[in-house]
Amino acid sequence: MSEHIVSVKANVAVWLALLVLTGVTTGIAFVDLGPLNTIVALVIATCKALLVVLIFMHVKYASDKLVKVVVIAAVFFLMLLLGLSLADYSTRLL
Amino acid sequence: MPDSPIAVAHHNPELRHHFADMEQQRDASSLGMWLFLATEIMFFGGMFCAYLIYRLWYFPEFAAASNSLDITLGTANTAVLICSSLTVVLAVRAAQLGKRRAQVVYLALTLVLGLAFLGVKGMEWTSKFKEHHIPGPSFHFEGSVPGHPGQAVDQQHAQIFFSLYFAMTGMHALHMIIGVGIFSYLLYYAWKGRYTPEYHTPLENSGLYWHFVDIVWIYLFPLLYLIDRKK
Repeated sequence: MSEHIVSVKANVAVWLALLVLTGVTTGIAFVDLGPLNTIVALVIATCKALLVVLIFMHVKYASDKLVKVVVIAAVFFLMLLLGLSLADYSTRLL
Repeated sequence: MPDSPIAVAHHNPELRHHFADMEQQRDASSLGMWLFLATEIMFFGGMFCAYLIYRLWYFPEFAAASNSLDITLGTANTAVLICSSLTVVLAVRAAQLGKRRAQVVYLALTLVLGLAFLGVKGMEWTSKFKEHHIPGPSFHFEGSVPGHPGQAVDQQHAQIFFSLYFAMTGMHALHMIIGVGIFSYLLYYAWKGRYTPEYHTPLENSGLYWHFVDIVWIYLFPLLYLIDRKK
């Protein structure tokens, strides 16, 4: 099986989406959403990261399922690191 | 006669003898690259974890210090990096289609954008240096907590923000410098016409590296620059 070649149109669409999301995240940082500000910023960052991983890094088209396993495992262990650490530090009674 | 019948069928000189064919070779190196990126995720993950914990503890100082960063330069640099990711993707695509000229042009553009990012980063660090925001004996931070102008800022806590800021943007910049080195190498060999539709693994894997570094910045930007910007 030959590798997938992403069209210029799709690549440019992802690029434009990334630029727009950058503008949105900067703009929305000046709007008072209370604690939601951080969450919105992280959600937008994650959308951008997903676009890059799936389209620019070709994971969506990867014929090799092992690559997908490695990506998911890497994110899982990162979540384990961040999730368990914050579960500890954010619930401590100082 | 060569002893492997499979190797006979694929005469590509870039095919190493321990792989059955080009596709297997490409899949293997791509998997290896992703495993390397998994270790990179954990490497940066440690710093992100430290950042999140200190931000939880010292939020007022983190907000005050974050507001002292130049948001215009930060946003512009994010856009520069996103553009460089596009040129990388187009360079890989040009290799897939066997277009040498386009490959060279997009790789050169990537280098220009990468160096522009580093230049802007250098400007930002210089102004931080002049403002005495570099952690150390002469550290001094005079910013105020957003929404609480009268509140005194704890110098130690502000120093922790800047330590993390310099450690994280510094490691990111180091990755960018390594990336610029790698892409200079790629530019040279692309110019020589080494990368073909059958063999362009170095380009593809270096592209993965570049995109990864871009993703790190995608998270660093809101976390470092955009804390409590509301007026």
